[in-house]
Amino acid sequence: MSPPPPPVLAVERLAKSFGTLKAVKGVSFHVSPGEIVGLLGPNGAGKTTTINMILGVLEPTAGRIAFQGVDLREDRSAALAGTNFAAVYAPLPGNLTVEQNLRVFGMIYDVESLDERIDALLGAYDLAKYRRTKAGLLSSGEQTRLSLAKAMLNRPRLLLLDEPTASIDPSAARDIRAGIAGFVEIGHCGVLWTSHNMYEVEAVCDRVLFLSRGKIVLEGDPKTLPREHGAETLDDLFVTVAHEALGEGAAR
Amino acid sequence: MNRTRVAAIVLRIFYLYRGSPQRVFPIFIWVAVDILLWGFLTRYLNSVSHAALNFVPALLGAVLLWDFLTRVMQGVTMAFFEDVWTRNFLNIFATPLRTSEYLTGIILVAIATSLLSLVVMVAFAGLAFGLSFLAYGTALAPFLAVLFLTGIAFGVAAAAIVLRLGPASEWLIWPIPMIVSPFAGVFYPVAVLPAWMQAIAAALPPSYVFEGMRAVVAGEPAPWGWLAVGGGLALVYLVLACLFFVAVYRAAIRNGLIARYSAETVS
Repeated sequence: MSPPPPPVLAVERLAKSFGTLKAVKGVSFHVSPGEIVGLLGPNGAGKTTTINMILGVLEPTAGRIAFQGVDLREDRSAALAGTNFAAVYAPLPGNLTVEQNLRVFGMIYDVESLDERIDALLGAYDLAKYRRTKAGLLSSGEQTRLSLAKAMLNRPRLLLLDEPTASIDPSAARDIRAGIAGFVEIGHCGVLWTSHNMYEVEAVCDRVLFLSRGKIVLEGDPKTLPREHGAETLDDLFVTVAHEALGEGAAR
Repeated sequence: MNRTRVAAIVLRIFYLYRGSPQRVFPIFIWVAVDILLWGFLTRYLNSVSHAALNFVPALLGAVLLWDFLTRVMQGVTMAFFEDVWTRNFLNIFATPLRTSEYLTGIILVAIATSLLSLVVMVAFAGLAFGLSFLAYGTALAPFLAVLFLTGIAFGVAAAAIVLRLGPASEWLIWPIPMIVSPFAGVFYPVAVLPAWMQAIAAALPPSYVFEGMRAVVAGEPAPWGWLAVGGGLALVYLVLACLFFVAVYRAAIRNGLIARYSAETVS
């Protein structure tokens, strides 16, 4: 029997402090190939701080991040070569066209056969008719699709998605979720997915991590986790966790 | 260093210039205005002055050489500002791109835009006022090399300042050449400056270029030794500017500034 493949992302005792504020307090988790992990939590829980550390744009105070065994601190460029991300707060430059954006970022990720890859992604994300349109002129939903197309350019082994369907209508969001799930299945890619849409999380994620006040307080299958903790739905569980976090914060 | 990633940074700027006359226009317009203004002034000075000095290569030439340094610096800063204006740092720096590849890309952009500007200024000044850079002889190459290296160093240091202080600090960057020029002796010999200004001039690579230029115009041999000092200083400036940028970038990664750049936090 062959040993299990190494995780595409391994996070060990990750911590980040800003002065006296401890934003992330020693979290550990992993994402396996073919797995979609939801990172959930109320605003200020430390989700974006954690994602920024994984993206290499924020240095941890302590802990280790490794992509398929490559330590981010030791070889940042090699570690990030197999990742990509899409986030609502990081739109692509609006003064470049859709195609120009994909070409520039495709070159930054050193994508082979870039022309063919761009054509395929323009088709997959229904952007072919906007090929020569400046990204800044697209609707917010179209810009989100462009960000997702950019995130798929290098066929990443780890995909970080921060509210990827936030500006998209339900029908397009369903297509995009299906597309990402299909990509994960075929490409053995792992996904770390943050969202405030619990319906989406339950539909897409194999496992969820609840982050509260910089710590992982719950972990499990989104379909069974609510009942295990006396809640009807994932939405109810989220509200309970958020209120407990607020209560804990007020008590301090 | 990955050449494809460096080419991506250059290509991004090429796309912007190709589709935007308002970006291409400033490469030429300020140079053209300076040539007109200083060209007529030098022509007037030549007509009223009984000095043996030809003001065209001494003054107009100095203005154009200084413009060249300014264009080099702005070539670097403009390429960097494109990422500032489009809030693109997260997209750019959360990739395998190395800081050295990013800097090399924007320096290549500066080389292209400043050479374009140089060709236009030499042609226009030659046609309109008879200025020939060939008047500087073989010293022209080190003149341009020292000014080029200094312009790149100023540009990289300026980009680091904006990265550290935030987008609003852009206004600090534009006047840098103007602030440096009185100390660099662009229009007059360094000897006329007070001692404290001369001390600053001695630390500025361009001052060696302009002293050398005036020597050549006066018919003296080019001061190769001093030009070598200027060149050495310019290299030191460039290395220090790159180290400064890397230090600021690393601090921005430590305190999260890259991820929330528009917040303009100075912590």
